[in-house]
Amino acid sequence: MTLVEMTGIGKEFPGVRALDDVELSVEAGEVHCLLGQNGAGKSTLIKVLAGAHRPDTGEIRIDGTPVPLPNPTAAIRHGIATLYQELDLVDGLSVAENIFLGHEQARGGFVRRATMRAEARKLLERLGHREIRVEREVGTLSAAGKQIVSLARALSLDARLIVLDEPSAVLAADEVANLFRVIRGLTARGVAVLYISHRLAEIREIGDRVSVLKDGRTVAAGLPARTTPTGDLVARMTGRRIEFPFPPRPAPDAHDGKQEILGVTGLTCDGAFEDVTFSVREGEILGLAGLVGSGRSEVLETVYGARKATAGEIRLAGKPLKTGVGPAVRGGLGLAPEERKSQALLLHESVARNVSLPSLRRYARFGWFSAKAETDAVRTHTEALDLRPADVRRVVGKLSGGNQQKAVVARWLLKGCRVLLLDEPTRGVDVGARAELYRVIRELADSGVAILLVSSELPEVLGLADRVLVLREGHVVTEADARELDERRVLDLILEEHVHD
Amino acid sequence: MTEQAAEQAPARAVSERRRISEIRNLGLVGVLVLLVVIGALTEPGQFLSTGTLVLLLTQASVIGVITVGMTFVIIGGGIDLSVGAVVALATVWATTKATQSFGIGGIVFCAVAVGVGAGLVTGLLIAYGRLVAFIATLAMLASARGLAIQLSQGRTQTVSTKNQALVDLGYQDSYVLGIPPLVLIFAAVAVLGWIVLNRTTFGRRTYAIGGNLEAARLAGINVRLHTCLLYVLSGLCCGIASVMLIILTSSGTSGNGNLYELDAIAAVIIGGTLLSGGRGTLVGSVLGVLVFTTISVLFTLNNLPTAVQQLAKGVLIVLAVLIQRRYSTERNSR
Repeated sequence: MTLVEMTGIGKEFPGVRALDDVELSVEAGEVHCLLGQNGAGKSTLIKVLAGAHRPDTGEIRIDGTPVPLPNPTAAIRHGIATLYQELDLVDGLSVAENIFLGHEQARGGFVRRATMRAEARKLLERLGHREIRVEREVGTLSAAGKQIVSLARALSLDARLIVLDEPSAVLAADEVANLFRVIRGLTARGVAVLYISHRLAEIREIGDRVSVLKDGRTVAAGLPARTTPTGDLVARMTGRRIEFPFPPRPAPDAHDGKQEILGVTGLTCDGAFEDVTFSVREGEILGLAGLVGSGRSEVLETVYGARKATAGEIRLAGKPLKTGVGPAVRGGLGLAPEERKSQALLLHESVARNVSLPSLRRYARFGWFSAKAETDAVRTHTEALDLRPADVRRVVGKLSGGNQQKAVVARWLLKGCRVLLLDEPTRGVDVGARAELYRVIRELADSGVAILLVSSELPEVLGLADRVLVLREGHVVTEADARELDERRVLDLILEEHVHD
Repeated sequence: MTEQAAEQAPARAVSERRRISEIRNLGLVGVLVLLVVIGALTEPGQFLSTGTLVLLLTQASVIGVITVGMTFVIIGGGIDLSVGAVVALATVWATTKATQSFGIGGIVFCAVAVGVGAGLVTGLLIAYGRLVAFIATLAMLASARGLAIQLSQGRTQTVSTKNQALVDLGYQDSYVLGIPPLVLIFAAVAVLGWIVLNRTTFGRRTYAIGGNLEAARLAGINVRLHTCLLYVLSGLCCGIASVMLIILTSSGTSGNGNLYELDAIAAVIIGGTLLSGGRGTLVGSVLGVLVFTTISVLFTLNNLPTAVQQLAKGVLIVLAVLIQRRYSTERNSR
């Protein structure tokens, strides 16, 4: 019996068509898996289902009746519970209090604590987790324990469809096995699960059917999860249309004989990545590809000194680099971090003040600051990057994502960096502005800067980088010229281990 | 996903940040003018005299110097609750018999050194010991006051006749062009503070650290050292204020500086500095101090009870914060 049916779902954000005529149909009691690369539209789709986004077009039917889901409360009322990656539990409250948060069992305004605890105990028992004490503070539980509490919470809301957004990302192998036991128990009682994961092996094990999204469209609906060949699934996920013209790359041998600027040998950071070795030469763009959690960003942070390495060596132009952000910046490293707004920008300050942040000393004499020298210098770089609006006194928080990113890049140009570390440079940048950023990045490389690029979007890494390093679970699995790789090959490498175990 | 909307927004040529603080300072000037008008109407004979003006400025100067340091700390994203207690400790230590035997230089040096030392200790605890500023300075508040009581045995220590020259600075004979030296010290500290905050890399980094600590750190700024220095600076201001208080009262006692921390924080806040850091002006803080002091003088002249005066201050703080929130929501809306 079809429980939830979504048809013709479309959702547009300024500059991006996130969903276009998407279909999804989930049966009661099945585990339906949703596959797709980053940016394929999975998150948007589940947010539509959770009532967090309103679709522009399309219809959602529950039990055959069309229902509007204008807000999260409506979705919950219709029995749809969504467990996001960052679980929305209150750490300071007990397990029972969390399970009934927002729908406390009460009489005359007084919480019936005993009833709630008993009910919570029953729910946990249903999930096969009697050992979690309902009085325990949620903050003291492991990630796996918290997930169980969230599931119990979903059950307490009489959820008929539970959406799990990459639930295994935070779990160890045995915890995943346990989660699967719980999921099987739920489906046996007729609860449907929409399961999102990048790990093909998991989909094979727990899934009944698979739907695949690409570029915001449904490219496969309801394939059998166990028998569809891996190659078939990967083929459907890849081949995303190239929306952005990538700037031309120099010849494959262009960097031969060029000086190594950044060299990393056997770099290890416990719990994040192990034995990472690579070298970036003058004018070269090295791309790091891998899933979220594969250690990509951590590698950048460690090179930048924001994270301590447990072993290994980092060389800058042949000389060992001391640990710490200070030495890294003085040595000529620059980082455009993943979270632009929280890690890079002073949002309420002007562009000029943001750009000059690491170079302040240059515009000061005995500490006395010359604002004019500063803005003049900043302007030469923002103009070169065509940052708009051109007025550098404008507040940076009001610029578009693409121009904010240009401000961050301008910061390091002004500082005069030799190595630029770019972590998800086009996140939150709309499609039109991306091509522009790609051009800027390539021009920087051509001017001799060595660039280390991390991106969740495979076409971006493959289209922009000269060489690519593929990371899987903290290990380098391949290093190759970007021209020798294609999306399918890389996706295969990223997913491989999970397919084989 | 509001990028295009942002792109279409009308380009504003003037730095919006600066404009907002200007408006707010204008508002404070308005309040100040209003208070003066009220004073002129209710007590015309007394309020508009030079004597009252000198009294007002003198009263403002001690807390004013402390407020300058506090402004730095708060813009840098911190808080310093220990200022009042540090002032008590510094005045007591600087007026012990042993210190006084070194003469006026000894007194001044001791007061400043105690202030800087206390600031250094809290700064180290916060920056390198990773203590929350509220807790570290609360601890300093308690222990500095305790040490002050211990040192003075609870007695008021007067400045000896040998060092009378210091106390004389508070008398009319020492006025320069009719301005008391204390007011001149305050003016000097305020001007220096303004220069450091607005015209030096130190000031710019203070804004950066308070505005986005992570961004500042990733831009290569030594945020720990800088944070530590902010508290040293606050301590230095306390030391200077202690010397001024000794001049004013010709004594040192462990009861000095009581609740100064609240007055200073309140002045900074109504001056438009965000308690969360990253934004604020020194001019605003100075105006804040002047507004508070004017209220005190006004109430005293009109023989109103101090209770009413406290109430008026409270209302003013709430109003200031309400206005502030409008700007900060605007700031966080993206």
